[in-house]
Amino acid sequence: MLQLEKISKRFGGLPALEDVSFHVPRGQVTALIGPNGAGKSTLINCISGVLQPTEGQVSFAGRQITGQPAHQIARFGIARTFQNLKLFPRLTVLDNVLTGMTCEGGRSMCMAMLRLPYLRHRERRLRLRAMEALDRFDLTEKANWPAEVLAYGDKKRVELARATVGNPQLILLDEPVAGLNAEETSAVGDQLRRLRLAGYTLLLVEHDMDLVMEIADKVVVLDSGRCIATGTPDEVRRNPLVLEAYLGRMDATA
Amino acid sequence: MNGRQKILYFLYLHRTGLAVTALSLTLLVYPLFQDNPYNLGLSNLIAIHAIVVLGLNLFVGYAGQISLGHAAFFGLGAYGSAIGCVTLGLPPWPTMLAVALLVALVALLIGVPALRLSGHYLAMATLGCNIVVHTVMLQWDEVTGGPSGFSGIPPLAFGSFAFDDEVSFHYLVWSFALISLLLCLNLVRSGVGRGLAALAGDETAAEALGVDTRRAKVKVFVLSAAMASLAGSLFAHCYGFVSPDSFGIFTSADMVIMVVIGGMGSVWGSLFGAGFITLLPEWMDVFEAYKDFVHGGILVLVLMFLPQGLITGLLEQIKIKVALRRRKDAAA
Repeated sequence: MLQLEKISKRFGGLPALEDVSFHVPRGQVTALIGPNGAGKSTLINCISGVLQPTEGQVSFAGRQITGQPAHQIARFGIARTFQNLKLFPRLTVLDNVLTGMTCEGGRSMCMAMLRLPYLRHRERRLRLRAMEALDRFDLTEKANWPAEVLAYGDKKRVELARATVGNPQLILLDEPVAGLNAEETSAVGDQLRRLRLAGYTLLLVEHDMDLVMEIADKVVVLDSGRCIATGTPDEVRRNPLVLEAYLGRMDATA
Repeated sequence: MNGRQKILYFLYLHRTGLAVTALSLTLLVYPLFQDNPYNLGLSNLIAIHAIVVLGLNLFVGYAGQISLGHAAFFGLGAYGSAIGCVTLGLPPWPTMLAVALLVALVALLIGVPALRLSGHYLAMATLGCNIVVHTVMLQWDEVTGGPSGFSGIPPLAFGSFAFDDEVSFHYLVWSFALISLLLCLNLVRSGVGRGLAALAGDETAAEALGVDTRRAKVKVFVLSAAMASLAGSLFAHCYGFVSPDSFGIFTSADMVIMVVIGGMGSVWGSLFGAGFITLLPEWMDVFEAYKDFVHGGILVLVLMFLPQGLITGLLEQIKIKVALRRRKDAAA
């Protein structure tokens, strides 16, 4: 569904990504792992249009999306979460989730100002869907709280709710369990599994190996901007290159 | 649900509509109780300011930008109507509309390059525009009348009924102000409005949600300029006289202060801010000479302690307190 071909990104002369190519199959969970500084977040930013790759092409559902601005890519059906939460602290939890359906809320400012009956109905529908999403993530009671007072784990879940509420075709998750305790991590893991069952395609950047090995169908390993391995979790776990990237050279420590 | 809860729920569900209706009714009967032309004149001025501030608050509070040049659009509207009606002899209503469209076009031409800037740079760019417009009004004697101003602007009229006294003008300007209020309330309660709120919160996140941030900023800027222009036309027709003094950078600053008092992104707050700053000199005549000091002081104090603006800031503090308490209760 998402195809990356020879993506390179250089900041000035400094290469952050070099010739990264892989494929994200539809309806599966693809995990992107790698040591710190491997270029995972840069890659996510290149896919979602926050950064433009220096070279290479990204295609999504048969359509070239390289060089498109981020808002256009969002409209193609790619949603994302951010590593350092980007909620809107002043809006309520419900409104935060509603912003996840901006694409469906209409674009015409004049129509919005007139608020014709069809728009009211649509608003009501969107609100219901947002409440459903909050219910899925067990946040119903906090719907009217300002987002900034939520605990960190709740904020993470609000961001997940916001990313999924618009029924995107592909969700890019940048470290969804970073900073969560074991209990919260397993709760998010359950959510991700449920999303997979519901037919969503996920691209997951994550450091938590247990989570990745448990829920990923396919794992892509980056190291220093290069893609060093792809395969099922088991294949990747046994790949000597991966072990080297994570643990250092075997013979050096032996 | 019992009857009482039903009523409360109905009130809650329709709170915006009910509040607008209540305000409209109050304003409808206001002239019956208040026949002092001076006081009516003040409330008319509040309405004119409110129209500008509503637009500006969308731009500041919802698009998250800053403009220190809205008095320029206000002035262009006023001078546009004056020149159109008197010098060119055009009918007032179409002139008003045409001028608003022209000003929107000007705002578009300024906005497309200027809105690539942000923060202080955008503030300086808009301030610069204001100074240019002000200087033109001051210097281009043959067209604008120069420093002595432009007089003899006819009042607006429907057929033979002219809006030429305070009472009739009250109904005219407040109609405009209420329509603006309603349009703004509708906008912020829509998907487009949420996109704008997202833009004010975090541009990268807004982009990722599908908001075309650059376009949205320009659109809101143009909208707010058109509203300022309409208010300017009303101002010109109300007083029959305009002079460059009313459209300098201090007027722009006052408008920003009104936004700040009302609170960023608060539509109702805009109304309050416009009222508060317009009435402030009435409450303290002593300070007349030091008006700018007082306004500046208010601005600094509010931004230091409640960066989201006075009313919004206070309300938010309360909301957070309540939510925190509930969070504590839930945990216990």
